[in-house]
Amino acid sequence: MPLSLEEVEHIAMLARLELSAEEKNRYRQQLSAILDYIRKLQELDTTDIPPTSSVSSGAGHLRADESRPGLSREALLENAPEVERGQFKIPPVFE
Amino acid sequence: MAALRHGETSSRELTRACLARIQRLEPSLHAFLYLASDSALAQAAAADRELAALRKADSQSTQPLLGIPIAIKDVLAVEGLPCTAGSKILEGFIPPFTATAVKRLQEAGAIVIGKTNTDEFAMGSSTENSAYGVTHNPWDTSRVPGGSSGGSAAAVAARLIPAALGTDTGGSVRQPASFCGVTGLKPTYGRVSRYGLVAYGSSLDCVGALARTAEDVAILFQIMAGRDPLDATTADAPVSKIEFVGADTRLPLRGLRIGVPKEYFVRGIQAEVEAGVRQAVSVLEGLGAEVHEISLPHTEYALPVYYILAPAEASANLARYDGIRYGPRIQAESMWDIFYRTRGGKFGAEVERRIMLGVYALSAGYYDAYYGQAQKARTLIQRDFEQAFEQVDCIAAPVAPTTAFPIGAHGDDPLAMYLEDVFTLPANLAGVPGLAFPVGFDRAGLPVGMQLMGKHFREAVLLRMAHAYQQVTDWHLRAPSL
Repeated sequence: MPLSLEEVEHIAMLARLELSAEEKNRYRQQLSAILDYIRKLQELDTTDIPPTSSVSSGAGHLRADESRPGLSREALLENAPEVERGQFKIPPVFE
Repeated sequence: MAALRHGETSSRELTRACLARIQRLEPSLHAFLYLASDSALAQAAAADRELAALRKADSQSTQPLLGIPIAIKDVLAVEGLPCTAGSKILEGFIPPFTATAVKRLQEAGAIVIGKTNTDEFAMGSSTENSAYGVTHNPWDTSRVPGGSSGGSAAAVAARLIPAALGTDTGGSVRQPASFCGVTGLKPTYGRVSRYGLVAYGSSLDCVGALARTAEDVAILFQIMAGRDPLDATTADAPVSKIEFVGADTRLPLRGLRIGVPKEYFVRGIQAEVEAGVRQAVSVLEGLGAEVHEISLPHTEYALPVYYILAPAEASANLARYDGIRYGPRIQAESMWDIFYRTRGGKFGAEVERRIMLGVYALSAGYYDAYYGQAQKARTLIQRDFEQAFEQVDCIAAPVAPTTAFPIGAHGDDPLAMYLEDVFTLPANLAGVPGLAFPVGFDRAGLPVGMQLMGKHFREAVLLRMAHAYQQVTDWHLRAPSL
């Protein structure tokens, strides 16, 4: 069952991806083919099988909830595309 | 390393030799995205001063890698060096921290010489998805080196560097190791810290090592492994010293049981790959191992499970790239349009496809049918391994259905590319370790690889087996003529 153009547009909106008309059309075909293949999984009987929650045996450490030194503000702002007065700068969100 | 200690060569000579060879061969290989030549030479000079002082004092360094140059896949952060993850969305990003795995190697004396090419965000099996151009296979430059750690594998195979780090989410260390004829380890999940690794599929991502021999891989692995407070999924399991037996031991593998899973020898596998693996298994048998046919019945479901879970995790992990805090921004009137344009404009096609697949699998109405069902199937795949490991100590299988394929062979057919991962994905889904190493060549002169998969935290068994194999064969010593 191929994805519709509307579905592709909805997924792209959820993923915050701006796509050209050509990309939408190409991804529609490619994702439909991949999903067709993946649907093979539906044939598997998983009644009473618990979902995997973790494959790490012996892990799951929680640290004490205490404040610790982290990276400096300067270091963290160094890679930002736009900075003003020690903060990330973005366009206004509220008018 | 002994030569460095005894002063027969110096770290500067070694580093200069690597840089000279890189300079000569990079135009035909493109294994590197960044070379840290100046800092590497400065560190080499410092290492030489320390080695000279130690010789004078007649003492040994406590740093096992003192003065040894290594390369790092460009998905691991090294403070002060650019880290792109093969993506335009991280162009110009210079991390202010170093990944734990790299830091431990640096503390052991290793010198980072540069960052190696990778498929964008480690999503791919050929390095063709790198936004900075494909890496060429040193055995045949018209072919891919495999991926996503293709830059690291090609660099080791071409003798540009003695060892390199890679990462393996669905086969990304083992498959390029196989395509390039080097030895590559994907450790147990949680064995090596992921701190400082650009996240792709967090329940699958593993940091591993590539080198020419199992012995060299073991050295790096033992230094990197172990609990790290900065990664809550790292395990407490002890990292004991791996003891290798000498070449004079007649039956070094006596008492070890190898399982050969029938599901890994299916239609579509290149005849020379199957023959190479079966031949290697009989060499291991000759070294004392017992061989049993086994079954991992849910193998065929690994691919659909992986291509639901990994994209689902990726869609969440890659939500952080928004043009606000790091990386380039495509400017727009509103913040939402910055997100849309920056992400749509800077992510490559494969990354966009996987993000969209993941978003779809997690979206309302589809969650149970896709993500939920995949997590249950993952349990069945894990159980396959648990049951197999009641009968055997390790599993021997091909790494990929074929040897290295030509650049462009899969064109714009993502599904055909995904099928390349069919034999490597199960180990990631089960969290078990896997080790790939060369076991021969096909008629075209391309390396054939085999992988051994083992029980959780039993990397030592795999490394000892590969080492024993490498004592009686010379595939790992063959170098491409370049």
